[in-house]
Amino acid sequence: MIATDLIAVEDLERADLERILETAERMQELSRRTVKKVPTLRGRTIVNLFFEPSTRTRTSFEIAGKRLSADVINFSTSSSSLSKHESILDTARTLDAMQPDAVVVRHQVAGVPKRIADVLDSPVINAGDGAHEHPTQALLDLLTVQQEKGRIDGLTVAIVGDIVHSRVARSNIYGFLKMGAEVRVAGPPTMLPAGIETLGVKAFISLREALDGADVVMALRIQLERLAGSLFPSIREYAETFGISRATLRYAKDDAIVMHPGPVNRGVELAHDLADHRPSVILDQVRNGVALRMAVLYLLAGRERAVGAEGPL
Amino acid sequence: MAHETARSPASPGSEPASGGAASGSVVLDDTGIRRALMRIAHEIVERNQDLGRLYLVAVPNGGIPLARQLAENLRQIADADVTVGILDTTLYRDDLISRGERPRLRRTEMPSVVDDRIVVLVDDVASTGRTIRAAMDALMDFGRPRAVQVVALVDRGHRELPIRIDYVGKNIPTQIGDSVQLRGEDGGLEGPLRVVVVPAGAEGGA
Amino acid sequence: MSRLLVRGGRILDPARNRDEAGDVLIEDGVIVAVDAAIDTRGAEVLDAEGGWIAPGFVDLHAHLRVPGQEYKEDIASGGRAAVAGGFTAVACMANTQPVNDDPSVTDYILDRARQDSPARVYPVAAATRGLAGEVMTEMVALVKAGAVAFSDDGRTIMDSGVMRRVLEYSRLVERPVITHAEDRTLVGEGVVNEGPVSTRLGLPGNPAAAEAVHVARDLMLAELTGAHLHVAHVSTAGAVELIRRARERGVHVTAEVTPHHLTLTDEATAGYDTHTKMAPPLRSAGDVRACREGLADGTLDAIATDHAPHAVHEKEVEFTLAPPGIIGLETALAVVLELVREGVLSPLELVRRLSTEPARILKLAAGSLAVGAPADVVVVDPERRWTYDAAKGYSKSRNSPWDGRAFDGRVVATVVGGSLVYHADRGVLVP
Repeated sequence: MIATDLIAVEDLERADLERILETAERMQELSRRTVKKVPTLRGRTIVNLFFEPSTRTRTSFEIAGKRLSADVINFSTSSSSLSKHESILDTARTLDAMQPDAVVVRHQVAGVPKRIADVLDSPVINAGDGAHEHPTQALLDLLTVQQEKGRIDGLTVAIVGDIVHSRVARSNIYGFLKMGAEVRVAGPPTMLPAGIETLGVKAFISLREALDGADVVMALRIQLERLAGSLFPSIREYAETFGISRATLRYAKDDAIVMHPGPVNRGVELAHDLADHRPSVILDQVRNGVALRMAVLYLLAGRERAVGAEGPL
Repeated sequence: MAHETARSPASPGSEPASGGAASGSVVLDDTGIRRALMRIAHEIVERNQDLGRLYLVAVPNGGIPLARQLAENLRQIADADVTVGILDTTLYRDDLISRGERPRLRRTEMPSVVDDRIVVLVDDVASTGRTIRAAMDALMDFGRPRAVQVVALVDRGHRELPIRIDYVGKNIPTQIGDSVQLRGEDGGLEGPLRVVVVPAGAEGGA
Repeated sequence: MSRLLVRGGRILDPARNRDEAGDVLIEDGVIVAVDAAIDTRGAEVLDAEGGWIAPGFVDLHAHLRVPGQEYKEDIASGGRAAVAGGFTAVACMANTQPVNDDPSVTDYILDRARQDSPARVYPVAAATRGLAGEVMTEMVALVKAGAVAFSDDGRTIMDSGVMRRVLEYSRLVERPVITHAEDRTLVGEGVVNEGPVSTRLGLPGNPAAAEAVHVARDLMLAELTGAHLHVAHVSTAGAVELIRRARERGVHVTAEVTPHHLTLTDEATAGYDTHTKMAPPLRSAGDVRACREGLADGTLDAIATDHAPHAVHEKEVEFTLAPPGIIGLETALAVVLELVREGVLSPLELVRRLSTEPARILKLAAGSLAVGAPADVVVVDPERRWTYDAAKGYSKSRNSPWDGRAFDGRVVATVVGGSLVYHADRGVLVP
């Protein structure tokens, strides 16, 4: 396992996850200070290489980097290799020549961060690649649950929605399983990927069964523009069959929490009244996102790739 | 985090072996430590008029039991109720960006504001002075203390920065490669404490 | 309390494999006793006179033309035609105007049925919006409104990607997707079975392969998705064989065949009578034989009429322009009795294919004469001679190839929910 990139939760051991979460908890304390900045990464350069636009994640990484006193450069482009007349790897190599201390990559096609990491000396952090993984999202979700529930072992987590297209789902599946939770996925049959149960989860097409006794209910964002009509007939029907509302939450445990990676389609994945109030912890997720990303940058940025490096980060 | 040991700031890249793995000589036993802390408490009282402004800030991990003991001592001798805070300096270190593994962060708990207080930093072993410098940088981000004083249970010399220790428990001359650690029971910091010097080369290698 | 005793018949109950002489006692709409000789005790008596007493027939596939084309048929006339043919339940297809792709239309159909139909009516909702083959319908909402299955019948879902998603999504509601399996690009202009007959007649041909290709596709998609696929109006040997092998592999598939595809070949189109034009078309003798074998060995689970009324003026046009389809509710039983006489099926098996299997496929509480079952019962005289006069039939339309034909075997009486709604000597008995 390469010790200096964060590409996929699938590649991490439980010890790595615990280390990251522990470090993130320390970083949380920083946000309670007046001066939320520390000089740890002063003079270091972090490049946000976002091929797929994203204000939320990019801003979160930017704040994280700046709180560590790093210089953060945003390199956003919605161009692919084809339109730019420059391959993705050439772009990355050019960047590498400027010796950044960390490169954060987001792309709509799976596998790009991995390929870039193969080519770069600098540490690469995957901020979301296609439907593959979004490790920092899953990590901040783990942090949120750990702090809400005091533990992750033995909890039942239900992930509901478009699992096929969700990198958040995949990363969370690996993350929660490695930390000892039971994980279920639920959605219309058209949104459950083939062979998903081989990852170690149980798949449900009944929301009720999926939520039965769950401690954590995670609703995923549905891409309305792209999917309504082809994978499910209408927003209305999705909301009625798989939307999380106070009524459907009753199948879960009384103290179950509701999570969502955001942004929320109100009235679709989550009922209006659930998006903003308990038991939803969505704002905590966002808050924790900065601390989590600070932890990841602290652990990875500027580290040289030692030949044959092994072991937890 | 079961096995947290006192870190020697002189050799950040090398982690001392945990617990009582390597033998070494005890240079200050529990009784000695208690006496030193009591003497230091008296010195603090003597030097500071306004005990109400005192704020003991421990540098983890070794500084924590020491600061608590000092606070207890101050209560005994001067009936003073002194706040104790914990300030992790890891993020302010000047030696972090190296090829090795990043050090673990420790908990910071600062129950009081720092502004206009007499902050007394408490560390177990002072050497190069870099930890104290990092602690002061951290402190400045918390506010503007009226004054900063420094307690070190052990001063082993080898200063690299112009840092002065105001209250020293014991001066112990050492070789640069030696490791000086505050230890408690079972590799932690509970129970009777002692300061141990492990000579250079005697460790199994960090 | 209303009591009806159906007396002195040959009880055929495929649900419990019973073929024996006896009576059936009905009380308040429910079967309360099935036995050798039941005491009358103040019950109204319906004499079966040795004829068959069977669970009411269930038609998996009929077009009742409501809403929008009431000039061809409506719920009242369709319901009457149904009970006159021994059908106590009819599933009606969605190719109406507007298409039944919305709960409001489903509601409307059920409402009309409640008021006007002596037979039970079960709507089949569209699988895609407007039958356009692009966007799937709100299956959960439609089932809630009362739909029992989904089908774009009338059209075909040509886009395999869409068909895959339709089948996949249907697993959410656990209802069958009924496919009208014909590759439109192979059918082309075809109006009769492609072969020597079409060549002689000089009419564009519709090859048997058009059905087989699509059935193959649908079966593979059913296998991929694990959904319940029901193949409508199978007409070719190719399709029968594909279904047989898929079933052996464990694919969840059921299938139906029409009375006309079991008894008429493409030779029947020789006179250019548009009452022999339907979709899929009448096929070769070999295909008919394969369908009969399929029915006998259970590859084809059910007989369904595909009752498709069209107005006289619509059918009295050039062969290529006439809308395909014939009515069939009132003649179905008489036509398929030929299979019993020729030893293809026993009476019990025939009843199974007309009643028990269709009920099972649609998950209806029907097709059985068990104690406690709803009292939907049909009495059949397998020897009674009669002549079918389409003009005097209950359907508003007359497009039948059997108009004027004499038959041996007739539905004598039909009981729905314990009420006698039809008797051959008295006609339909509801206002």
